[in-house]
Amino acid sequence: MKTLVEKGWRPTLVLVLLFIIWEFSVKILEIEQWLLPAPSQIFNELIHGTDVYLEHLWPTIQLCIIGLAIGCTVGIVTGIILHIVPFLRQAFYPILIISQNIPTIVLAPLLVIWFGFGMLPKIFVIILVCFFPITISLLDGFRQSDRDVMNYMKMAGATKQQIFWKLEWPNALPSLFSGIKISATYSVMGAVISEWLGASKGIGVYMQLSQSSFRTDRVFVAIILIVILSLLLLGLIMLLEKKMIRWRPKEGKSHE
Amino acid sequence: MSKLEINHLSISFGSQKILDDITFTAEEGEFISILGPSGSGKSTLFNLIGGILIPDEGSILLDGKEITGKRGSISYMPQSHALMPWRTILDNVLLGQEIAGKRDEKKALEMLGKAGLKGYEKHYPHELSGGMKQRVSFIRSLLSPQSLICLDEPFSALDEFTRFEMQNWLLSVWQQYKRTILFITHNIDEALYLSDRILVLSNKPASVQKEFIVPFKRPRTEEMLYSAEFLKWKQDIYREIKQYSL
Ligand SMILES: Nc1ncnc2c1ncn2[C@@H]1O[C@H](COP(=O)(O)OP(=O)(O)OP(=O)(O)O)[C@@H](O)[C@H]1O
Ligand SMILES: [Mg+2]
Repeated sequence: MKTLVEKGWRPTLVLVLLFIIWEFSVKILEIEQWLLPAPSQIFNELIHGTDVYLEHLWPTIQLCIIGLAIGCTVGIVTGIILHIVPFLRQAFYPILIISQNIPTIVLAPLLVIWFGFGMLPKIFVIILVCFFPITISLLDGFRQSDRDVMNYMKMAGATKQQIFWKLEWPNALPSLFSGIKISATYSVMGAVISEWLGASKGIGVYMQLSQSSFRTDRVFVAIILIVILSLLLLGLIMLLEKKMIRWRPKEGKSHE
Repeated sequence: MSKLEINHLSISFGSQKILDDITFTAEEGEFISILGPSGSGKSTLFNLIGGILIPDEGSILLDGKEITGKRGSISYMPQSHALMPWRTILDNVLLGQEIAGKRDEKKALEMLGKAGLKGYEKHYPHELSGGMKQRVSFIRSLLSPQSLICLDEPFSALDEFTRFEMQNWLLSVWQQYKRTILFITHNIDEALYLSDRILVLSNKPASVQKEFIVPFKRPRTEEMLYSAEFLKWKQDIYREIKQYSL
């Protein structure tokens, strides 16, 4: 907690200064509200406009969490299967690597065409964008097992199963978690974009409605909500990571 | 019957012959050092005994039974400590037993205590010094159920002072538990101080070039290191190695 204050005051100061400059520029230059609202107006809407956006919040949260959970499961299972079946790994790993450089989100319109406008295509989109980074980071983690420990276990007569559960799996956990963190961000993005393509409720819908009615302050509120949602999801994952990986040496202070 | 019999072991990597017709035996409770220049194939020899490499020719017998290419028959301590960073010290030393199927925490705690690691049972490896990690790694191999222990340069990464301390500790533990030990090193002093017998390997390809039976009485003391006889032995072995590696 103390380090949070110690490390956090500088960026907080920068943000506060930025808001102050923004507020005064908008006032002095008399910028119209539909073009760029002042921070005070945005915060006002954030506090007093709950009636409008609260009903849009829950569907998006639901979408993110369900999509991410299924995406993680699919990603982990795929990673394990590709790891233990060398033939499949050799066949699919290059495809996975290449597909990582393509924004999978572009497939969203297709999924809407195939599965309609319900929840299903949206969850599909999120699973699709989530599972790639997880599978790849897991596979990388598996491959980075220490050679000496591996030799030790083999000489001690460890079975393939023992090697997997006692060495490869725990060794891959940190890498897996960095994959999950990337996926968490993707899941929020996937939810909002798939809502743009067609939905009756959701932050994406709220954002679109606000934009078409020139309520730029509400567009900013939507952005804030998305940021908060992403950070909360990330915090949740980091909490889980801390619970599961207690052994990692304290990060060195050299990079500060 | 000898504890371990190595018969005419040869292996090549590609066109490079690494081990050529290695033959020696080890008796029950014996401490044998294997001395050879870097890259001569000492670790490869352990990989063969441990069953993770298959020899091109030759066989390995443990207690009269063939173990060539069979894993799980020896207890091994790799050149690096090879501890798992996510396991506590206690869980690390129990790894060998876990693989064999039984955990004896009481004995593990007792041995950690004797090794001066009391209070560190629940710590993680990164919180320990190099010498402590090496001790943990050694206790792991000592707690494993196999009766032949193969140590691959366990102390080469340590400073002179810690190294000497560890050698004494190793001798006291060995005298107490009487296991057969194969000990790889490229330090002549260390080999003389610790072992009953020293095998000198030749270089490229390696075979057993000469065998020295160490005459010094046990328990060995620090004074022995400064005796004229010790120096003479050291010279003999040094000449033997130099003659072949040049
Ligand atoms: N899996 C392998 N494939 C090909 N060459 C190998 C392999 N393992 C070892 N070698 C080669 O065999 C030779 C002997 O290696 P080894 O690790 O056994 O040497 P060493 O005597 O243990 O050396 P050091 O004292 O430095 O540990 C080296 O030249 C090495 O490059
Ligand atoms: Mg070696």
